[in-house]
Amino acid sequence: MCLAIPGTITKIEDMEAYVDYGGVSKCADIRLVENVKVGDIVLVHAGFVIQILDKENGEELQKLVEETMGIIYK
Amino acid sequence: MKNSIEDLINAIKLLAETMSEVSIMEVCGTHTASIRKYGIPSVLPGNIRLVSGPGCPVCVTSQEDINMALSIADSEKVIFTCFGDMMRVPCGDKSLYSLREAGRDIRIVTSPMDAIDISKTNPEKQVVYFGIGFETTAPHTAALVDEIDKQNINNISVLNSHKTMPQAITHLLKDECRVDALLCPGHVAAITGSDAFSFVPEKLNLPAAIAGFEAYEILAAILSILTMLKTNRKECVNMYPGVVTKSGNLKALELINRVMEPEDAVWRGLGSIPGSGLRFRDRYAGFDATKRFEIPGNKTQEPKGCLCSGILRGENIPTDCGHFGKSCNPHSPMGPCMVSSEGSCFSYYRYRDV
Amino acid sequence: MESKITLAHGSGGEKYRELVQEIFLPAYSNEYLSPLTDSAILEGGGKIAMTTDSYVVRPLFFPGGDIGSLAVSGTVNDLAVSGALPKYISVGMILEAGLEMDVLKRIVDSISNTAEKAGVKVVTGDTKVVESKSADEIFINTAGVGIFPSGRIIPTQKIEAGDRIIISGCMASHGMAVMNARNNLGFSPPIESDAAPLGKLVDAIFMNENNIIHAMRDPTRGGVAATLCEWVTSTTDIIIYQGSVPVRPDVAAACRLLGLDPLHIANEGIILFSVPEKCADSVLAALRKEEYGKDSAIIGEVREGRGTVSAVTDFGSKIRITMPNGELLPRIC
Repeated sequence: MCLAIPGTITKIEDMEAYVDYGGVSKCADIRLVENVKVGDIVLVHAGFVIQILDKENGEELQKLVEETMGIIYK
Repeated sequence: MKNSIEDLINAIKLLAETMSEVSIMEVCGTHTASIRKYGIPSVLPGNIRLVSGPGCPVCVTSQEDINMALSIADSEKVIFTCFGDMMRVPCGDKSLYSLREAGRDIRIVTSPMDAIDISKTNPEKQVVYFGIGFETTAPHTAALVDEIDKQNINNISVLNSHKTMPQAITHLLKDECRVDALLCPGHVAAITGSDAFSFVPEKLNLPAAIAGFEAYEILAAILSILTMLKTNRKECVNMYPGVVTKSGNLKALELINRVMEPEDAVWRGLGSIPGSGLRFRDRYAGFDATKRFEIPGNKTQEPKGCLCSGILRGENIPTDCGHFGKSCNPHSPMGPCMVSSEGSCFSYYRYRDV
Repeated sequence: MESKITLAHGSGGEKYRELVQEIFLPAYSNEYLSPLTDSAILEGGGKIAMTTDSYVVRPLFFPGGDIGSLAVSGTVNDLAVSGALPKYISVGMILEAGLEMDVLKRIVDSISNTAEKAGVKVVTGDTKVVESKSADEIFINTAGVGIFPSGRIIPTQKIEAGDRIIISGCMASHGMAVMNARNNLGFSPPIESDAAPLGKLVDAIFMNENNIIHAMRDPTRGGVAATLCEWVTSTTDIIIYQGSVPVRPDVAAACRLLGLDPLHIANEGIILFSVPEKCADSVLAALRKEEYGKDSAIIGEVREGRGTVSAVTDFGSKIRITMPNGELLPRIC
């Protein structure tokens, strides 16, 4: 369940944000998140922003992978 | 040093060589689709098996709920709105798709809020939104109901078939099962928080990893699970950091809780699961479509003898089931394993001659 | 002239003549059509190719095209992929009473413009009007005739092990453009269809006599996946290099959002080719020089096998490619 796609907020009007997905934009409802602003990378599911993404997402996962590798290749 | 996808695959192979058969259940339908999209099984060692769980909300919607949808939608006064996924799920020889072909006004929406625009441009019609999905989508329906309440719109109602994940997983896996670990749904967890899945190690005694949906993220979660199995650790590791936090999206959870409350729900092929559904609280009961429309009394019973739960647990294979290939087939499926094109029964049926 | 089509416009009387004289003739005007004889008398000789197709599209106008441009391109492309040089088309229309005259004019102009671009002439036609609600605004049927220039080797339409698969442009644009317009999906800027007549593109390949084409097809409904699945035989496999099939970024993003596989989505302005390895580079070079072939790419190959179509990823995984099943619907799961 739950196709959700990341995009970047380019404009906010009232409860709606314009989210750019790389070449195409679509409006998303922002009432489910707090303090969202232009430039934020957000996760959108079924027309709603459901989470503001942590910009270090990739690095955090890398860190977890490195820890796991450390256990395997010790 | 950055680890590549190839590094992950090599590490998985190295671990797998020292292990016997491992079954990992992905409980999320979008995981199932991503695993297929990236061809993940083709790079996994033969003893690491991925099995699809009950995580496709479309496939687990009960035949009774679909029948209600069909009965409501089959009217000139109604504009019925739903996600595209729901259109072709059959109940008997009918589906929302076949009703639309016959001329009924059934519209695919990509957000529940679309129903509001439709209701405003069609004031003479009753607009019904079919609310399906797990915790990820339930806040959207709650937001819709909250908004039609605030705006006092009287021509929208919701057919509420929302379900929650942890109860279903517990129900399915609490007894003996052949699943060794769970790949937990990243987008459900984005709403519920990772803590909502700590029951997997604590109550079910299985290791688990919350995963994202890219090839790298899925393989990283599988590697984490194998490492836990190897070192005999049972935890729920959050392998989708940056999206999933410990406590989740509190605003969304608050909204679900304000508008809905838990109830028992019937899952297609699995029967009634205590506390696994969400109904509107009394304050919002007026928006419940089942209270606005007269629905014929003859209740659709879930068919008896469906083995989906055993198949999902890994105790049965599709051909063990008396209905398989006879009263249950892709055109007239009984349980979720035959409804979903990723389901075990569907695959068995499709490739039975190969 | 009235502002709307009425049943009288299809009656064969004065009104019908008015329609022909004021709308059709000025738009299509050529020496074969103008005499308004019962049949057009054409130059042919030798082998000819003939095809027909009917067009029902909603909405009638969408970014990048309309039912008129589609009715010409679709038929022209069917001729082109059989190896023929498209020459003549017929245009039959079924109009719903009440259709705005301006809408008809726009469609007829679009037919005329596309025919000119395609190098074909509208040589005969027919128009009927049906009662309101008996049709959806306008249905168009076009038939096309193409000739085979002397010396041209007609493709066998059979792929062979060792072939390279070439695509002439970005996939999935048409299907996503129409889906966005039809369902008010709200993508902005609007996604543009790739609808285009491709006769000249195919002709450009044959300019080099050493170029051989085993099979070519325009992957319309069912997309690239359907064409590949139809091509594969019991003794071959088709392997696509995942990520090598060009998709415009806006189309790719829309597909991701709606959970759709671009391989399954309809095209109206691209062609798939299966060509022997030895002429793959020269076919590619010829295509890339053409207006509608700039994004051409080699996307895969044919091997000896057992009838499977699959994609290989850069990390070595293998994905089975299957025929799409029925109308594609956006999904959220």
